[in-house]
Amino acid sequence: MCETCGCGDPDLVPIEVHEAILSENERGARHNREHFTEQRVLVVNLMGSPGSGKTAILEATAGALAGKRRLSAMSGDLATDNDANRLEAAGIPSRSITTGSACHLDAKLVHEGLHDLPWRQTDFLFIENVGNLVCPAVYDLGQAVNVVALSVTEGEDKPLKYPVMFRKADLVLLTKVDLLPHLPQVDVAVIEDGLARTMPEPAIIQVSAINGEGIDRWIEWLEGKRVAALSEAPTEERAEA
Amino acid sequence: MHEYSIVSALLARVEAEARAHGALRVHRIRVQIGELSGVEKELLESAYELARERTLCEEAELEIVAVEARWACRSCECEVPKGAVLRCPICDRPATLAEGDEIILERVEMEVPDV
Repeated sequence: MCETCGCGDPDLVPIEVHEAILSENERGARHNREHFTEQRVLVVNLMGSPGSGKTAILEATAGALAGKRRLSAMSGDLATDNDANRLEAAGIPSRSITTGSACHLDAKLVHEGLHDLPWRQTDFLFIENVGNLVCPAVYDLGQAVNVVALSVTEGEDKPLKYPVMFRKADLVLLTKVDLLPHLPQVDVAVIEDGLARTMPEPAIIQVSAINGEGIDRWIEWLEGKRVAALSEAPTEERAEA
Repeated sequence: MHEYSIVSALLARVEAEARAHGALRVHRIRVQIGELSGVEKELLESAYELARERTLCEEAELEIVAVEARWACRSCECEVPKGAVLRCPICDRPATLAEGDEIILERVEMEVPDV
């Protein structure tokens, strides 16, 4: 008997599920995270609008860490290999994940992408997500940290317009700050105020891939996260025990 | 639009549940969608309209329960209003999202033949 609506249909059975609709993706993300923790690789999910400077930041990161740290990257791209090619040219072993019409990466796509990328031999794996300020925020990939690139030319109100994305961010890289002298209408304080209302623990670094401003602070932030992640990860001895 | 991929996951989950119970068809699906989940109600509805064809959910009603975002202090649990700086005015600690990021399948009503 249907007890909810009283329709009297004898065969209606209500089943309580109470489960995340994306539980399959969550399982995939947990699996990826186990791999990453085991291999002691810090995985960064880099998100942001198309043209916000994600690839340029990674090129600058490669330059700053050349000879010091081993990096790898995968780039989610709707239709081209351009980003992965740029990263390869910058010295980062990279793979493209062509998503077709999909607006985001998910845990399964990342897992498949790992198979032909030498990520195990690296210290940092950057996952450059599809350029989009909405959809990528919904899918856990197994990353250690979420970083959002927001360029100063995108408009001061972006944090308030896209609260889902900025709530998930561990760090916002405010990019293209070399352009600020030409943008009298852009007030960084307004952007910071918007972030304080959408990010519970706002962390913002102003960077420019053109003149290198702030790249040292970004590297310092990454190294700090790596140390923190490694101290939480089981040591090899403990893992074997 | 990621709502289509969410609907695909939803239908897969519901169909598995229906098969496990030997159901002939699904009558109603209830989901919870949080204000800060990144899922738009209207887009989810249109994606559902497209995706449910030729599935056990073809005639099932999709009921979407909207959950408002609610921020609270991690220490004293007092509410931090939406739109405000996300820091507790009393404890000066960061707020946490107490509710509002749900993308949850709550309940499925299905037609099961008498055994």
